[in-house]
Amino acid sequence: MADATLQHDAVGHETHGEFEAPLFGAYSKKVGMWLFLASDSLTFGALLVAFCYVRSYTDWPTPFHVQSIINSTIMTGCLLSSSLTMVMGVFAAQRGDRAWTRNWLLATMAFGTAFIVLHGMEWTKLIGEGLTLPIFPKPATPTDVEMVNISKNTPQFAATFFGLTAMHMLHVTVGVMYLGVIAFRKWFLPVIGVLWLAGYLLIPSDNVFHWGIHVLLVGLIVASTILFLKSKDYDAQDVEVAGLYWHFVDLVWMFIFPLVYLLSTKIT
Amino acid sequence: MHDTAADEYSGHDSKAQYFWVWGALLVLTAIEVVLVYKQIFSPVRMLEVLLVLSIIKSALIIAYFMHLKFERAIMRWMLVISVSACFVIMYFFFFPDAGRVLRLGVH
Repeated sequence: MADATLQHDAVGHETHGEFEAPLFGAYSKKVGMWLFLASDSLTFGALLVAFCYVRSYTDWPTPFHVQSIINSTIMTGCLLSSSLTMVMGVFAAQRGDRAWTRNWLLATMAFGTAFIVLHGMEWTKLIGEGLTLPIFPKPATPTDVEMVNISKNTPQFAATFFGLTAMHMLHVTVGVMYLGVIAFRKWFLPVIGVLWLAGYLLIPSDNVFHWGIHVLLVGLIVASTILFLKSKDYDAQDVEVAGLYWHFVDLVWMFIFPLVYLLSTKIT
Repeated sequence: MHDTAADEYSGHDSKAQYFWVWGALLVLTAIEVVLVYKQIFSPVRMLEVLLVLSIIKSALIIAYFMHLKFERAIMRWMLVISVSACFVIMYFFFFPDAGRVLRLGVH
C-alpha cells in the first residue's frame, strides 16, 4: 500500500482519501451480504405482512394437527442447531483449522438437508390430503375432506402457506449449495448434479418436487459459472459471509413457524 | 485477510455463550408451542405474544450468531434503524391502507 501511495505521489495524482478506512469497519464482502440480507428481509417482511392482511380479513382455517406441529417443531430445532454448527465452523475457519471448518459446514448442511426433507414430506402429506394449488399436480384421491374444503373455500390459505414456505425452502436449498461450494469448491458440483438427476428420476411425476428439484440444476449452473470465473480457495471471511446468509434463513423461520404453523393449529 | 477477520473475533467470543444462546432459542420455541396448546391467551393477544417471542429470538440470532453485537456502532445502528423503519412503514401505513379497500363504496 505504501509503495502504491509513493507511486501516486511521484506522478502527481491526488491520493487523499484513496485508502481511507471503510466506513463500517468491515470488509466489503460482509457489508455487501448485510445489504443483501436487509433487502431480502423486506421481501419476507412484505410476504408476511400480506399473509397477516389476508388472514385478518378472511375466515381463517386452523387445520394443522399435532403431527404437523411436531414436524415443524423438529424442523425449527434443525435450523437452530444448524446455526450453532455454523458458528463453530466460522470459529474453526478463524483459527485456520480447515478440517474442522469442513466438518462443521458439513454438519450445518446435514441439518439444512434434514429441514428440507422434513418440509418436503410435510408438503407431500398436505397435498395428498387435499390442500393444494391449481398449478400443483392433483392428488389421486384426497384423503382429508377438511383440506379439500379449505382449498375450495379459502384458497388464500394454500396460496399463502405454499408461497411463504416455498420461498423459505428455496432459500434453505440455496444456502446448503452455498455452504457446499464454500466447503468443497468444485468437488461439490458433481454432488449437486447427481442429486438433481436422482431426484428427477426417482421422485414420481405427480409429486410437486419432481419439478421443484430443478432448483438444483439452476444452482449447479450458477455455482459452476462462479467457480469457473473465480476459482479460489475460500478463506475465513468467505465462511463468515456464508454464515451470515445461513443465520438469516434461520431468522426468517422464527417468524414463519409461529405465524404460519402455530397460529393455524387445530386445538381439540 | 485471515488476520483481520481473526482480530474482529478476538477478545469477546467464548464458545459457551453460543451454546447458551442456542439453548435459549430452543426453550423459547418450546414456550411458543406450549402457549399455543394451552390456549392461555385470546387469539389477538396470542399473536402479540408470539410476535414478541419471535422478535426476541431474532434479536438473539442477529446479535450473537450473526455477530452484529460486536460490529462497529455505525454499522449496527444503520442496519437496525433502516430495516426497522421499513417494517414500521409496512405495518403502520400499508396495512391500514390495504384495509381501506374493503370499505370503499360503503356508507
